[in-house]
Amino acid sequence: MNGLKKFYMNDKIVVPVFAVITSLFIAAIVMIMIGKNPLMAYGALIFGAFGTKGALINNLMKTTPLILTGLSVGLGFRAGLFNIGANGQLIIGALLSTYVGSKMIAYPFYLSIPLMLVTGMIGGALWAAIAGWLKVARGAHEVITTIMLNYIAVFIANYVVNGPFQAPGGVPKSPEIAYSARLPILATSGATWLSAGIFVALAAVVVVYILVEKTKLGYEVKAVGFNPYAAEYGGISIGKNVVMAMAISGALAGLAGTMQVMGVYYRYLGALGGSMGFDGITIALIGQNDPIGIAFAAFLISSIRAGSNQMQIAGVSKNIVIIIQGIIIFLVAANRLVKTFMFWKRKEVEGA
Amino acid sequence: MGKTDKKDYSEYAVVMEKIVKRFPGVLANDHVDLFVKKGEIHAIVGENGAGKTTLMNQLYGLLNSDSGKIYINGEEVKIKNPNDAIKAKIGMVHQHFMLVDRLSVVENIVLGMEPVYGPFFARDKARKQISELSQKFGLFVEPDAIIEDLPVGIQQRVEIIKVLYRGAEILILDEPTAVLTPQETDELFKILGALKAQGKTIIFITHKLHEVMAITDSVTVMQLGKVTGVVKTSDTNPRALARMMVGREVLLRVEKGEAKIGKKILRVENLHVNENRGLEAVKGLDFSVNQGEIVGIAGVAGNGQTELIEAITGLRKVEEGQVIFKGIDATNFSPKRRRDMGMGHIPEDRLKHGLVAAFPLYYNFILGKHDDPRFCDGEFLKISDIKKFSNALVKRFDVRPPLINLLGANLSGGNQQKVIVAREFSFNPDFMAISQPTRGLDIGAIEFIHKSIISMRDQGVGVLLVSMELEEIFSLSDRILVMYEGQIMGEVTPQETTTEEVGLMMAGHKLEDLRAQEA
Repeated sequence: MNGLKKFYMNDKIVVPVFAVITSLFIAAIVMIMIGKNPLMAYGALIFGAFGTKGALINNLMKTTPLILTGLSVGLGFRAGLFNIGANGQLIIGALLSTYVGSKMIAYPFYLSIPLMLVTGMIGGALWAAIAGWLKVARGAHEVITTIMLNYIAVFIANYVVNGPFQAPGGVPKSPEIAYSARLPILATSGATWLSAGIFVALAAVVVVYILVEKTKLGYEVKAVGFNPYAAEYGGISIGKNVVMAMAISGALAGLAGTMQVMGVYYRYLGALGGSMGFDGITIALIGQNDPIGIAFAAFLISSIRAGSNQMQIAGVSKNIVIIIQGIIIFLVAANRLVKTFMFWKRKEVEGA
Repeated sequence: MGKTDKKDYSEYAVVMEKIVKRFPGVLANDHVDLFVKKGEIHAIVGENGAGKTTLMNQLYGLLNSDSGKIYINGEEVKIKNPNDAIKAKIGMVHQHFMLVDRLSVVENIVLGMEPVYGPFFARDKARKQISELSQKFGLFVEPDAIIEDLPVGIQQRVEIIKVLYRGAEILILDEPTAVLTPQETDELFKILGALKAQGKTIIFITHKLHEVMAITDSVTVMQLGKVTGVVKTSDTNPRALARMMVGREVLLRVEKGEAKIGKKILRVENLHVNENRGLEAVKGLDFSVNQGEIVGIAGVAGNGQTELIEAITGLRKVEEGQVIFKGIDATNFSPKRRRDMGMGHIPEDRLKHGLVAAFPLYYNFILGKHDDPRFCDGEFLKISDIKKFSNALVKRFDVRPPLINLLGANLSGGNQQKVIVAREFSFNPDFMAISQPTRGLDIGAIEFIHKSIISMRDQGVGVLLVSMELEEIFSLSDRILVMYEGQIMGEVTPQETTTEEVGLMMAGHKLEDLRAQEA
């Protein structure tokens, strides 16, 4: 029984590490088959991700929003919700905080920075809460509603930065935010810099960890996610917790967008979100929905992407990293199947 | 019985010989013999879990026997799947209808064997065939009606026509009256009579003895996987059938002292509750539970017990009437509020309601009381206090293995139940609604749970106990209410009644009628 206990406790670490190592191994075989040297390719990958100051800065800069979208999706999963709408929530959060930030010229940083953070989170939270409310009130599945809300967010943002909130010059982008609202820069190398946003993301990891593991709200949200019937039996409101979980998930996504505004672009740009909301799904999966795991997973994904350019320069297609990422996800997801299967087996044995 | 193949079974439509069917941990059919004569209506009766449906599923090929033989019209046949059964002219109407809600009556009936013109569906041919069938057997249905618009009784008729359309000579009806109103039941019986008159053989599964008396020719009684009696209906009576069905020795006796009955804690007045499909499941119940007593509710599963308990604990809406708890009208209170007032609940389905399987035990021990100041400080959980509390409970209730970090799913059923009982007990309730507390547990765990329930009673808790196990009801209850189709057939005490009498009430006989007959 002790062995079993250990297995379950370490499972969160063992599975992703196993997946990463296996995927690197399989990708190496692929590279050998196409006549490339995998050791050289991985050397370039590592060099590209960590080898120089610029590489590391670039890597950490890209990690920042990925941690936040990973937390966003991961928290949703903990509540039994599949939030595919992190992208939309990110956009609304970024848009609102940019607007506030652009009006902060006369304010000191100790007002404008917190104010931007809060509006970004509120924007994302409200956008996600719409989906939560629709689920509770009308039974609409969040996968559908969050996807549709993504489109609405994109079109709202496109309209706004092409019209009422457009910077002079005819290009679809918003005006810049005030200097006082920009995050301090920790390190610079050439044209890239690392803002204090990475600390905001790490703080979010700690906050989410405490929220999920140590608070009443975390207990309720998890109970609803794992077994809504038992939650209801235990007097826990399903509706309240679904909306709350969606809102917190959305706040984290909104914060991711706000970090891009406050630390990278200093304005709203159409491309600012990229596919970070969807990357959040990958990261939550690899990180096993655990806040600390998510931080590592975000760093992993960012690293292999950052290193892929160097790999390309070294003559190995950067698409190899897509293979690596795909295999990691497959193994992490397939491992759940294996676990599920084991669980069934156990049940059968119990029945006998 | 000699081992010879030269048995003459030609007068029988169906013979099932020494059928054995094992499920993990259960011998569902233990050398069951069934003899059904051609052209008769044959009832198979027994309590829930007696193995009736299992037996019929083997006849229809939905399950394969571990051993045993099946003869149809005297010929041995191998029935491996429903197609074999249909070829042998056997048809089955299931308890839960197998109809496509959005299709019409005609479409449902011919589904899978549609008449065609080349590649096209010959709707007019189908309609004609069906109306001929309808007329022949007096089964009138509107052929173009959509299934979901039809009442349950008519849907059942469609199922019967569907079976006849496939050429069935032997019809199996699995608890056909369970979903019907009394009027629909009368209609069904008329139809069965017509089918019999046309020479069809009918096997009728039920646990309602008055139905057996009303329409069948002979009866096979099953109990716990075995046949306990085969009789002609004309040679028997409900009392004798009830004895064969439930009249076994009570194996478990729990030692308990005299109940010290306190004041009234729960009162239910004219309670009406619907089941999931919106049909009325609890039909105007009135009763009360006092502190320090165990009130048992006996009955066959599906007679409104689940809905009653859910209504009392706040998990289901009350349509009409009142739940009065501690003198306060709690009819519309949330489950949370009822818990805070001192109501405990050991639910029927421990994995659905009772536990969060993916939670560690120490989280499961506070389900329902996680916001009690003992376990949380403002918004934060007091994890170390929760663990201390859980460790104490694990020791006191002997949960094995005694590891509070284990997930609920990793425990055996008995230990999961112990966790739930320990939790509900530890919250010091004044009233406890308990449903099926020992389902699927082994003897040791059953004894432990029974003792816990008695000790709750002795501490002055009012207990409402629902169980399908008559033994459990008899050995624990101070008073017994028998529920049948959402109503109470009578109230008795275990001392003044017999399992036979309770069995009759479970089958729909009112206590006053039974007592009047006796007098």
